[in-house]
Amino acid sequence: MSKETLISAKDLTVGYNIGKGFFDRTVLKAVNEVSIEIERGSFFGLVGESGSGKTTLGRALLKAAPITGGHAKFTDGQVTYDLATLSGDELKDYRKRAQLIFQDPYAALSPRMTVRDIIAEPLEVMGLTKTREETDARVREIAAKCRLNLEHLRRFPHAFSGGQRQRISIARALVSGPKFIVADESVAALDVSIQADVLNLLKQLQKDLGLTFLFISHDLSVVAHTCDHVAVMYLGRLVESAPTRQLFAAPRHPYTKALFSAIPSLDPDDRGRAQKLVGEIPSPLNQPSGCKFHTRCPNAIDKCRTTEPTLENPGDGHAVSCHRWRELLEAEITA
Amino acid sequence: MTSLIDVENLTLSFRTDEGLVTAVEDVSFSLKKGEVMGLVGESGSGKSVTAKALMQLNAGNAVYDPKSKITLHAEGREVDVLSLKKAAELKIVRGGAISMIFQEPMASFAPAITIGNQMVEQLLIHTDMTKAKAKEVSIEILDRVGISDPAKRFDQYVFELSGGMRQRAMIAMALSTNPKLLIADEPTTALDVTIQAQVIDLMKDLVNEFHMGIIFITHDLGVIAQTADKVCVMYLGRIVEEGPVREVIRNPKHPYTRGLIAALPRFDDLDAPLTPVPGDIPSPLERPTGCVFHTRCREIIGDVCKRDLPQHRWVDPTHRVACHLHAEKEAAR
Ligand SMILES: Nc1ncnc2c1ncn2[C@@H]1O[C@H](COP(=O)(O)OP(=O)(O)OP(=O)(O)O)[C@@H](O)[C@H]1O
Ligand SMILES: Nc1ncnc2c1ncn2[C@@H]1O[C@H](COP(=O)(O)OP(=O)(O)O)[C@@H](O)[C@H]1O
Ligand code: SF4
Ligand code: SF4
Ligand SMILES: [Mg+2]
Ligand SMILES: [Mg+2]
Repeated sequence: MSKETLISAKDLTVGYNIGKGFFDRTVLKAVNEVSIEIERGSFFGLVGESGSGKTTLGRALLKAAPITGGHAKFTDGQVTYDLATLSGDELKDYRKRAQLIFQDPYAALSPRMTVRDIIAEPLEVMGLTKTREETDARVREIAAKCRLNLEHLRRFPHAFSGGQRQRISIARALVSGPKFIVADESVAALDVSIQADVLNLLKQLQKDLGLTFLFISHDLSVVAHTCDHVAVMYLGRLVESAPTRQLFAAPRHPYTKALFSAIPSLDPDDRGRAQKLVGEIPSPLNQPSGCKFHTRCPNAIDKCRTTEPTLENPGDGHAVSCHRWRELLEAEITA
Repeated sequence: MTSLIDVENLTLSFRTDEGLVTAVEDVSFSLKKGEVMGLVGESGSGKSVTAKALMQLNAGNAVYDPKSKITLHAEGREVDVLSLKKAAELKIVRGGAISMIFQEPMASFAPAITIGNQMVEQLLIHTDMTKAKAKEVSIEILDRVGISDPAKRFDQYVFELSGGMRQRAMIAMALSTNPKLLIADEPTTALDVTIQAQVIDLMKDLVNEFHMGIIFITHDLGVIAQTADKVCVMYLGRIVEEGPVREVIRNPKHPYTRGLIAALPRFDDLDAPLTPVPGDIPSPLERPTGCVFHTRCREIIGDVCKRDLPQHRWVDPTHRVACHLHAEKEAAR
């Protein structure tokens, strides 16, 4: 593990017991033996279809979903926590250091509280400030960073547009001074014209406050523009992980390639239909044998149906889990 | 090609506790048979309200301005849509000549009735098929939209299907009555890109096969680029630009359209900064005077924008824009 790593997960698994009784011990593995390293100060993207386990992984790293296997370590230069066993006062402390920004700026904010009280609440709940003056000062400071003024703080959230509400959610998440932020679909509900504004704000805050982001999104173009590193999940597994440019320039996993080719092109003359995926992601309760992607993979061979590939890291920081990636890469180069 | 539907000066407000709120103002457009029109704009810009007006589906508190006129050319006659009153008359625009699909498929289906029974029921209302024939046609169309094992799905409930399947089932139901105009209101917004791509392909095939007109509502310009022949861009209830899809995307004339395109994160240039349209969308209660976009416009000329409503001008025979910038250029020429 390098010195600069903030989060390091090894074979992290989140299993839910969804059995219907004593004899039915069915476990749904929402996240299945995932290993990732998130560097301090980075913007780490997580993509994949609905149900692939993105939110669950984010929640596990916030200690909000049960870690049922593997390890995850958090090191911010001040403390080191083993997230699988973290409890008591240490867990309380971790809640200050790691925070979530919600997806829906409309549902997340209580309509009966002023913006000031919404932002101040985490400080009060965690007992981080002693006097009202101290709380106010902290709220004002973080609100200003999120481009909210004193007038805004007095109002109720219903008076705000989507972009403003998202800035309020961000201020609330940052008020306790966290180092690690999970942003789960934080711009998905926003219109394109203001989405860029919130993304720029997140990047600015990352720089100014030295934050590390786990940025979950189904929008690949947003991820391409904001993240330094991207991991791709499929059915609870990590299938590919690479620095953003490398991933978008030369994806190695057939699933990642299919995801990219599904993005509608802005060019009206480019209405091709190459490489589109057939079918849908299988149920996590009825997982395919071998490679979990084989039921939809255009490149599947017999081996894929019986043997599950492991995540390979060929030494260039671009990890992939596919039996055929080298072969496919060579075919692409010669083609 | 002949006109399928003509919308003229559609102006519509809603009676609310806070007073009359304008949702759509002076919207006009025509759609030809077999043409796909994209309707883009941010949330609240009036896309859904416009679409629902074509089927008189807006809520009871809707107030149509008397100068609004919608004419449907179907089944060999002209139907003055807004004058339809009785349920029997409205049948032609509600599931007869016009069908609608929504973002949330669950909204189109009754949860306690099987998919098949709902499709059959629709067909019995809108056609003179026998029950047996209606079942046959329903299964055929479920198969056509790519639902595997259609005879089995026919007897299932919508909650038993996955997201992508639900969307297909809804499209099947909308198509079963052979509509002349299909309105698709954000049909792919809730879907994964992979499933979105499948649904877009399906819609393209259906246009070729059934040759119906489609109004495709979305806030995703990529989806428009892939599906539409022409585009109308809406902002705060007004159409600000209309033109062929290539023209509007490559050569946008209205500052709002230009802003929307600039705000899109592009793959071809990852270093390009993301440029938002400045400011926030005004509340419908505080409609700006003059040009509705002036509070956010980077290219604002001056008082004329704050004072005078820009009229539409045709920059070429198929491309129009409502912006003073253009009027000035014309005057200077
Ligand atoms: N508390 C829970 N109990 C049982 N199953 C769960 C629970 N939380 C999540 N799951 C299941 O785990 C899988 C992964 O879910 P998750 O919400 O992490 O996906 P996601 O990648 O975030 O999807 P989306 O893009 O739709 O947000 C899904 O099959 C989901 O139904
Ligand atoms: N029944 C209603 N009562 C009051 N206002 C409404 C009603 N239906 C829609 N509106 C308002 O009309 C405007 C346009 O809405 P809509 O057409 O749904 O926008 P879009 O589909 O472009 O997101 C919005 O300001 C919306 O709040
Ligand atoms: S291992 Fe086989 S099935 Fe899985 S992604 Fe690679 S080629 Fe496809
Ligand atoms: S009329 Fe003026 S404010 Fe409106 S879009 Fe044109 S330049 Fe901008
Ligand atoms: Mg999620
Ligand atoms: Mg709408």
